[in-house]
Amino acid sequence: MEVPILKQGLYLIASIQAALSDLDLVHLRDALAEKVGKFRARGVIVDVTVLDVMDSFASRTLRDLAHMTRLRGAETVIVGIQPEVAFAMVQLGLTLEGVDTALDLEEGLAFLDKKTKRHASRG
Amino acid sequence: MRPVANEAVVSINTDADVVAARQKGRELATELGFVSTDSTLLATAISELARNIIRYAKHGEILIAPVQSGDRVGITVVARDKGPGIANISLAMQDGFSTSGGLGLGLPGVKRLMDEFHLVSDANTGTTVTIKKWKR
Repeated sequence: MEVPILKQGLYLIASIQAALSDLDLVHLRDALAEKVGKFRARGVIVDVTVLDVMDSFASRTLRDLAHMTRLRGAETVIVGIQPEVAFAMVQLGLTLEGVDTALDLEEGLAFLDKKTKRHASRG
Repeated sequence: MRPVANEAVVSINTDADVVAARQKGRELATELGFVSTDSTLLATAISELARNIIRYAKHGEILIAPVQSGDRVGITVVARDKGPGIANISLAMQDGFSTSGGLGLGLPGVKRLMDEFHLVSDANTGTTVTIKKWKR
C-alpha cells in the first residue's frame, strides 16, 4: 500500500493510512528522499498515527529516512506515535535516536516552522 | 476445560506475512479481552519473531493459541523455523546486542514485552521461540 505524499508549502507530508509492509516502508523512505529534491522541500512530516506496531525494522527505516532527508537538506519530524506503541518501542530498546518527533501534525508543523526559520536566519 | 478460541497458524515466507501474523495475534488478544496495551506488546513481539524467521531462516511458521491455567487466560505464540539455528544463545540474549545497528535478533526486547519466554535452538533442528502473555 502506497503512502500518499502531500506538498504543503516548503514541506512534504506523508500520511500513513494503514499497516505497512517492510517493502512499503522502504518505498516511502526512497520516495521522500527523492521528492525532497524534486519539490525543493525544507521539511518532511511522517504521520504514523495509524500504526499500531512499530517494530525494529519500522524504527530503523524511519530513522534512515530522517537521516537521508537531512543529508538532502530537509528536516524530518515523525508525528503521532501512540502511547502504547511508544511503550512497546521503549521495551524493545527502540529509541529513534537522532530523530525529531512531535505529538501530532499540528505540533510537527510548528516544529518545522521553528527549525527551518532558524536555518534561514543563519543564512 | 473448553477451548477459549481457535488457534491460528501463519506461515512466514515474505515481509507481508509479518504483518499478517501480528494482526492475527492482535485479533486473538482482542477476542480474549486483553487490555489494549498488552495487545500492542503481543503484536510487536510477534512482529519481531516473524522478522527473525525471514531474516535468518527464510521460512517458518508462527502458531498463535489461547492458553488457560487455572483462572488465568493467556496467549501463547510459537515461532518455529528450520533455519541455521542460533550459534551463541547467550550472546543473542545479551541486551543491547540488538539495538546497535540492528545486528542482533532483538530477543531480549521480545522477552521484556512478554510474561514468559523460552528459546530452543540448534544447528540441526532450527529455532523455536515460545512466548506467553497472560491477560491482566
